[in-house]
Amino acid sequence: MMKKSLILSLLFAVAFMLPSYGQVKLTGAGSTFDYPIFSKWFDTYHKMTGVEINYASIGSGGGIRQVTAGTVDFGASDAPLTQEQMDAFKKGVGSEVVHIPIIIGGVAITYNLPSVGQGIKLDGAALADIYLGKITKWNDPRLVKLNPDKKLPNKAILVAHRSDGSGTTFIFTSYLTKVSPEWAKRVGNSTAVNWPVGLGAKGTEGVAGIIAQTKGSIGYVELAYAKQNNLPYCDLKNKSGNFVGLSFNTVSDAAAGAAANMPKDLRAVITNADGKNSYPISGFSWVVIPKDIKNRSHAEALVKFLKWAVTKGQEDATKLFYAPLPKPVQKLDLQKLNSITSNGKKL
Amino acid sequence: MDSPKESEIVDKVQNYFKKKNEKSRKKRDTFLKKILGNNNLGDIFFERLTWFFAVLVFFLIIFMGWEMYSHSILSIKKFGWGFLTSTTWDPYSEVFGALPVIFGTIFSSVLGLILAIPLGLGVAVFLSELAPPWLEKPLSFLTELLAGIPSVIYGLWGIFVLVPWLRESVEPFLQNKFPEGPFFQGAPYGFGMLAAGIILSIMVLPIISSISRDVLKSVPDTQREASYALGATKWEVIKVVLSYAKSGLLGAIILGLGRAIGETMAVTMVIGNRPEISFSLLDPGYTMASVLANEFTEATSNLYLNALIELALVLFVITIIINIFARLLVWSTERKWKVKQA
Repeated sequence: MMKKSLILSLLFAVAFMLPSYGQVKLTGAGSTFDYPIFSKWFDTYHKMTGVEINYASIGSGGGIRQVTAGTVDFGASDAPLTQEQMDAFKKGVGSEVVHIPIIIGGVAITYNLPSVGQGIKLDGAALADIYLGKITKWNDPRLVKLNPDKKLPNKAILVAHRSDGSGTTFIFTSYLTKVSPEWAKRVGNSTAVNWPVGLGAKGTEGVAGIIAQTKGSIGYVELAYAKQNNLPYCDLKNKSGNFVGLSFNTVSDAAAGAAANMPKDLRAVITNADGKNSYPISGFSWVVIPKDIKNRSHAEALVKFLKWAVTKGQEDATKLFYAPLPKPVQKLDLQKLNSITSNGKKL
Repeated sequence: MDSPKESEIVDKVQNYFKKKNEKSRKKRDTFLKKILGNNNLGDIFFERLTWFFAVLVFFLIIFMGWEMYSHSILSIKKFGWGFLTSTTWDPYSEVFGALPVIFGTIFSSVLGLILAIPLGLGVAVFLSELAPPWLEKPLSFLTELLAGIPSVIYGLWGIFVLVPWLRESVEPFLQNKFPEGPFFQGAPYGFGMLAAGIILSIMVLPIISSISRDVLKSVPDTQREASYALGATKWEVIKVVLSYAKSGLLGAIILGLGRAIGETMAVTMVIGNRPEISFSLLDPGYTMASVLANEFTEATSNLYLNALIELALVLFVITIIINIFARLLVWSTERKWKVKQA
């Protein structure tokens, strides 16, 4: 009996292993922000081609370290690599790093003011001063001037921010750094910063929790989260002077606006982007891979998958509350992917 | 003439059998050695193996310490002792000082203990001295059950129940009652030191109460009997027992402190995560364990990572010192009883 069941289970195991035998298995690690769309892509792509991709959502920093150590085929990061990281990458992998913008995220400024309702208008300077602790009341003359049609209450502003290191914080602080010289000097742009004021909460849910509970609070959350939970959000004044609401289109427009003068390595931070309808707080998430991949079969499979992801894969984006890459950026991505080599030879 | 001869014969016969016996005993001994020799080897092997495991634990701790030290060398070199005394934690400009989070860790833990000690000791005294046997078992089971609840559940309870309650009722009340003094200043957000302290007190309660109960139970009955014999009331007897078990109880409390210092999830969910030194219970704070849990995944630069690992090292050393101290206290009490009982 025992023997029989043992043999049977062995047979089953072999039967399950057979289809994937000979197929390349790719591994990746990094951004938790990318995880929902990645798992959708990997599933679809596996069904289409049989290529299996395993992804560990351990955070951008961890992903960069893993790909630098050569333990995974690709890393995913919400912030572009710093010069220090690119040098470490070159030393660790023996090849330049390539950034591939893979998807776009937006950051919503949400708040709890039931008497006012949806669509408070803010400009960059006012938002920065709220987060610097210089505007402390909702009926501050500057906020009233921006919102002549709304009755802002005489209520203290409670600032909420992420306490965990996060790509969302990177995008948000990148915007504040661009629009406020004082923020650039005092705080700066990073996945975690030394916040001048406010309460910190772990994760998007934590920030949303503080805001839902506390009247007069303001905070920033991912586009996906704001849309899924129908949170009220601010209309922001963009570089062209228009007040722009948050939507997939306005976020994608920001990327399209930036595509015109994209740097060659595609490490573009697209906050406060040009364009009439560009939403100012949005940013790319990147996949980072070596320019020259030693293992040829892995190189072929990876590039093929990424080409699919930045074109056809983008159709899944809005369903999962991401903004899709605009056409010009897709084109830049494909050009970049065509330049990937294996041991110096073209793929 | 006959009789001496007879006795000689008896002697001879006896000698013969003696020798034969000795021979057979020797034979038996060598035979036994042959078999048992292997077993001796087994004994030795087993002993060595257990030694190995015991020493392994010790080396594991040293290895962990070394590993953390060697991975935080960048930050140790750059900031030196200033890491422990500077108050800025700024990942962007890469300036790291741990004082506010060390303060937050100790402040929140001590606050938790202050709330938990009367409760924990009360439960322990009741269970060991007063409770009828049919109530003792289920009650101690229930308090120990508190230790089995995952800390994220405490955190969620904190966000959805405790924090709103503190913000709406408790904190405004405290501010009205104590408008002066440093402890109740600032806006009542709900999130902050007080919330963290209350959550921690619930989490360390089972540790304090169960260890204290064991300590109280091991106080020899002769102590109680002698007190009763002198005409002491129940309360007086309990006082005698408590003073006898003093250092053991202190040990239990310090083990609770060790637990509170290392607690991560529940604390970070309610404390407000702000690296700031303030004695007000209403102000937000930050703890070492929370910083690690929050910032480790997205820490990208080497120095940042090194600083975080150095923070882990500081936490590691503080917890080890506290635990050694607590163990020593508990042991010293136990030894005292043994000597006294002998």
